[in-house]
Amino acid sequence: MISVKNLHVYYGLIEAVKGINFEVKEGEIVSLIGSNGAGKSSTLKALLNSVKKIGDINFLGYDTRNHKTHTLVQHGLSLVPEGRKIFINLTVEENLRMGAFNNDENYEHLRDTMYELFPRIKDKRHQLAGTMSGGEQQMLAISRALMGEPKLLMLDEPSLGLAPKIVGEVFEIIMRLRDEGITILLVEQNAFAALKISDKAYVLENGKIVMNGVAKDMIGDDTIRKKYLGG
Amino acid sequence: MFMQQMVNGFSLGSMYALIAIGYTMVYGVLRLINFAHGDIMMVGGFLGYFGIAVLDLPFGAAVLLAIVGSALLGMASDRVAYRPLRSAPKISLLITAIGVSFFLENAFNVFFGGVPKAFPVPAYLENVIDFMGLTMPVSAILVPIITAFLLAIILWVLYKTKYGMAIRALAFDVGTVNLMGIDANRIITLVFGMGSALAAVGGIFWAVNYPSVEPMMGVLVGLKAFAAAVVGGIGSVGGAVLGGLIIGFTEVVVIAFFPELGGYKDAFAFIFLILILLFKPTGILGIDFEKSRF
Repeated sequence: MISVKNLHVYYGLIEAVKGINFEVKEGEIVSLIGSNGAGKSSTLKALLNSVKKIGDINFLGYDTRNHKTHTLVQHGLSLVPEGRKIFINLTVEENLRMGAFNNDENYEHLRDTMYELFPRIKDKRHQLAGTMSGGEQQMLAISRALMGEPKLLMLDEPSLGLAPKIVGEVFEIIMRLRDEGITILLVEQNAFAALKISDKAYVLENGKIVMNGVAKDMIGDDTIRKKYLGG
Repeated sequence: MFMQQMVNGFSLGSMYALIAIGYTMVYGVLRLINFAHGDIMMVGGFLGYFGIAVLDLPFGAAVLLAIVGSALLGMASDRVAYRPLRSAPKISLLITAIGVSFFLENAFNVFFGGVPKAFPVPAYLENVIDFMGLTMPVSAILVPIITAFLLAIILWVLYKTKYGMAIRALAFDVGTVNLMGIDANRIITLVFGMGSALAAVGGIFWAVNYPSVEPMMGVLVGLKAFAAAVVGGIGSVGGAVLGGLIIGFTEVVVIAFFPELGGYKDAFAFIFLILILLFKPTGILGIDFEKSRF
């Protein structure tokens, strides 16, 4: 689905990501875990060419080097950004419409599918999106991304700022999406929750991948336990 | 007498409103006070003049030429002058807008001269008619009607089409608009096109009213329309219309009922501007962009 080779991301003189390699195969859930500032979000932004980077990224067999963010999204590489970034001044339904901007024919069908998947959003569809709770906003952000019918869905800290019960709901949804055939790249500080649902995981530290492997094995790993799972 | 002045105020206010909408929409998506906007209005007036006087077009066709030509010019100014500065500091954008403004004013001065050119107003617009007991030229009645019609179109685009939704979304978050697979730059260019088309109509109204065109005609009108946009609440289309009407009415009322203050009529727009900045900087219907951004 996507393979990344020797990726570096720069903010001015600061190198946030220092030459990482990873791969996401079709149908997988892959997690990038690590503490704040490890370079996780920068990696996702780099995949969409929205930050300054060097490295080889191959998405669905194409070199993404010369493509703008919006073109990559149109080709099925979608990001649910950190902090959800829903359009608070638009209604819930208008947010969904924006997700399907280039998808006029399927808009109504997709919208109804989202309302089935997230009934709480349906009840509030004519409200301004900014009036919803954090959990509902996260559901809206995910469904808005799904409106573009992505092949690879990237989620940046979907559990951030949510109550534990809601976090559980969000992760259940992520698993359901995988079961429906969407490949998922997940970035999380909540390493335990991420590892539980992932197939593979990469651990980032100071812009480098320090460990990677099968997610189930990593839950049992002592180093991981100490560093990221609180003992 | 009173009703007559009300109609005049409505007519003048409508012209300011049409131009103010362009300021407010561009500010909404780029946080830019587009100082060249008044000059786009001037170009609209000139294109109307060329259409009628040089190309011998019927009035309606000349208006269409002005609208299309100004919209293209507005979009070209974005493409050439502003788009390369998307990630530059806002002050660079502002200075560039002043540059575009000077460029248009002086280019028209060089090529067409600074002497006002008489605008050939079609006779049917100058006909004086009796309308509900008031006597006035047809144009004074048409201006508010056409403005209301254009406003309805703008609001329909903003609230009922996906492009309008993208414009409103852009006012809050440019990066996330790109994440929707939308080319934010194209939406911004569209905003320049829409604002410039309205400014062209304002320019034609102005030219019909005075009836002449000259290269500096957009300067004062542009500044007043800018004041109207701020008074109404910059970023809000409804606010731009409200601000335009307030300033238009005030000018007409001052001239009609306090003729001794007539010489100060141009000052009132700026008095309103100062008062609003002192007491309600976000304007009457304004949105606090800094607070609403996350």
